[in-house]
Amino acid sequence: MHIPDGVIGPGVSAAAGAAAAGGFGVAVSRARRYLTDRLVPMAALVTAFVFAAQMINFPVLPGMSGHLLGGVLASVLVGPWVGFLVVSIVLIIQALLFADGGLTALGLNIINMALIGAVGGYAVYRVAFRVAGLRVERVAVTAAIAAFVSVPMAAMGFVVEFALGGTIESLSVGAILIAMVTTHALIGIGEGVITFFVIGAVVKARPDLVYGAPTFAGTRTEELAS
Amino acid sequence: MTRRGLVWFVGALLVTVLIAVVGSRYASSEPDGLEYVAEREGFADQAQDHALAQTPLADYGDNLGTDRALSTGIAGLIGVIVAIALGFGLFWLIRAPGGGSPDSTP
Repeated sequence: MHIPDGVIGPGVSAAAGAAAAGGFGVAVSRARRYLTDRLVPMAALVTAFVFAAQMINFPVLPGMSGHLLGGVLASVLVGPWVGFLVVSIVLIIQALLFADGGLTALGLNIINMALIGAVGGYAVYRVAFRVAGLRVERVAVTAAIAAFVSVPMAAMGFVVEFALGGTIESLSVGAILIAMVTTHALIGIGEGVITFFVIGAVVKARPDLVYGAPTFAGTRTEELAS
Repeated sequence: MTRRGLVWFVGALLVTVLIAVVGSRYASSEPDGLEYVAEREGFADQAQDHALAQTPLADYGDNLGTDRALSTGIAGLIGVIVAIALGFGLFWLIRAPGGGSPDSTP
């Protein structure tokens, strides 16, 4: 899912960079409202975990693998805006230290995986969790569903960027849309399974530390039920 | 942090390190979803080499010169350390004024 340099033209890449920087600013100011002292080590831990988990590509189809994006996993654990920052930090480390994801494409990747994946994915989680009856024993399965949905959502972000600024104009955007959504729906199954087990384990051990659970002991910027 | 909080934190960090250092050697090396679609739909050749492709840790330790599993493990360990340090640094800097809530011990 990491876009390399050259696939999306400089104009759209620069606009995405500016939007990502703006999103980072919004995320910092929103995070300040609920990032308590006790949440700081948890948020740092989740950052390291998402980085580690993203290293593990799992086979999906013959000739194709996928890896965790971690947006919903992070945002259910530490909230949507800290989740945005978690995924952004991971993407910055990957681009600067491991040459994974283009430097000019960093904004595009932040839009797709942090903004759509974490913040958008958390919006899906909130709606689904209300439907699920706001019960703590349903946090993990709801997070899994939102995680599954978030992967093709992020893939659609790429398709929009490609339609606006793709460096080849002869290709069919419709065909790319279908290919991106179907392959990433399959990858989303893996995202859902991993998210289910990780969130399930944390809810079981430390229900007080899970932002998206009704048992969360800290402050939220928005209530689960509203 | 309470003793219980510390035990939990260290345990979870250990799992994270194990995933990055040991788990990473079992990762599939097949193209990911976007690379796969790029090949099939014909835009893979647009991708340029990464500007930092010659740096030591590029592609998770490809230029370290040791065997692949060891290089990936070293890259994973460094990545986890950098991620937790950057995460802790940023989140500590931007934490809520006054510690946030009265129950500030996990």
